Amino acid sequence: MHCAYNGWVSVATPATDSPVVSYRDIRIGFDEGEVLRGVSFDVHERETKVLVGETGTGKTLLLKMAAGLVRPNSGRVTVLGHEVSAMPEQELLDFRRQLGVVFQEGALFDSLSVRENVAYRLIEEGADLEEVENRVREALRFVEMEHAIEQLPGELSGGMRRRVSIARALISRPPIVLYDSPTAGLDPVTAQTIITLILRLRDAYGVTALLATHRIQDAFALANFRFDAQQQRVVPSATNGAGSEESRRTSFLVLRDGAVYFTGDQYAVRDSRDPYLQRFLV
Amino acid sequence: MSTLNKLAAADEPSVLEAVSDIAKRKVLAVQEYARLTARALWNVFTQPRYTADMLDQMDIIGVGSLPIVLLTGFFIGAVMVLQTSQQFERFGQTALTGDVVAIALVRELGPTITALLVAGRNASGIASELGSMVVTEQVDAMRAMGTDPIRKLVTPRVVATILTVPLLTALADLIGMIGGFLVSFMELRLNPVQYWTRAVDALSFGDLMQGFTKPVVFALIISSVGCYQGLTVRGGTQGVGRATTEAVVVSSVFVLVANFFITRIMLFIF
Repeated sequence: MHCAYNGWVSVATPATDSPVVSYRDIRIGFDEGEVLRGVSFDVHERETKVLVGETGTGKTLLLKMAAGLVRPNSGRVTVLGHEVSAMPEQELLDFRRQLGVVFQEGALFDSLSVRENVAYRLIEEGADLEEVENRVREALRFVEMEHAIEQLPGELSGGMRRRVSIARALISRPPIVLYDSPTAGLDPVTAQTIITLILRLRDAYGVTALLATHRIQDAFALANFRFDAQQQRVVPSATNGAGSEESRRTSFLVLRDGAVYFTGDQYAVRDSRDPYLQRFLV
Repeated sequence: MSTLNKLAAADEPSVLEAVSDIAKRKVLAVQEYARLTARALWNVFTQPRYTADMLDQMDIIGVGSLPIVLLTGFFIGAVMVLQTSQQFERFGQTALTGDVVAIALVRELGPTITALLVAGRNASGIASELGSMVVTEQVDAMRAMGTDPIRKLVTPRVVATILTVPLLTALADLIGMIGGFLVSFMELRLNPVQYWTRAVDALSFGDLMQGFTKPVVFALIISSVGCYQGLTVRGGTQGVGRATTEAVVVSSVFVLVANFFITRIMLFIF
């Protein structure tokens, strides 16, 4: 049974045309060489942008740049109208409260219980303890993990840790959520559970998302399915073809050799005969 | 030489460039370390403060180190009397035993041995804990949730170490003197009143200043080096192991070097 999560703006609110996340000519390199070479793209409100690429193509770096955790060597990253690539760390600490980040392995604090992990941000903000408890339980119910509230992260499976991590990211009801390979290393059934949660956040609450993955099947699942709030379950998206509202909701961006190799919707990916894209489709 | 070899040779940095690169990295590391330490200390005077975390660390660092510090202190004092008693007996000056034990312990051995023990136990612990948090992205997660990791992780550890190491040193000094007393009483048949009176009278204000300035500086070194090594871990779990070892080695060497300079300054002042 799916539980509703109270918060966020209504999905009925019209989306604006201006991008909520914008990358312009991003370059970054390390001792091993340049990883990103002039990457530019936008993410619009309520859009789920799926970053696809092989390991080491800079997907995680792009996500971390949106949260201001990594600064590009050159270029601009703008999120919700703020140029995060130029903000001092102290300002970023406040700004990041508007973002939810789901890290690859969950990145739960291993010395804190599930309750303390999910409540962390609210406690830091000095929220009332009763409100904290209510919202923690609500978030854990949303990811169907309320039964594990007293457990330590070390006692949870990989999929459970990922679900708790999603609960932790959504506790402050952020308008933007960044997912770093949320299904990496998970079995297909557990991966599907995580994808369902991402669909629910997108379709029921209008969350804008940036998702890095090397599993193209996850991206197609996001593009081809939607969460029906009335039926409280995942249903196939309406097949209105390329350019439709449905297809614009999830877009693909493929990275190769530090540059944007391809952008488009699921139809463009599916119909492409490009050998590099075909490697992801196999 | 073939064209390919010439190109490869052209890509390799010269010795001068390599040395310059290493020097730049070292200078950058010193700069980062200094900034981290300064920010950790500055955070003491600004909100928010993580008092509960600091008390936790005081328990881990202070109470946790107590058994090893007391045991070591006792035997250092006892061995010192064993080693010096023969010389004192030759000159008929066994009454000076209390003086020697007190001055050596309070000025040098107490602070230095305590600092080295705490470095071995806690600099490594801090580096491995923070290093593990870095490689599992817990530090990034903390930043992503709007928490300053220096304020949350570094400042409580630095303050807790600064508050506990002087106390540990004081206890090590006392237990060392008790160890010295037991050996002098059993081996030299020294009068207890004579031992303790001379031990207390031998200590001047300058000795105490020296004995309690050193632990504060040593504690700052141990905790800040441990935190710096932990937060700058590179290379996964192997990097955590490397950082742990370096935290102990670097903090121990820094303690011994700082000991020389503090002693020189204190001897100049008092």
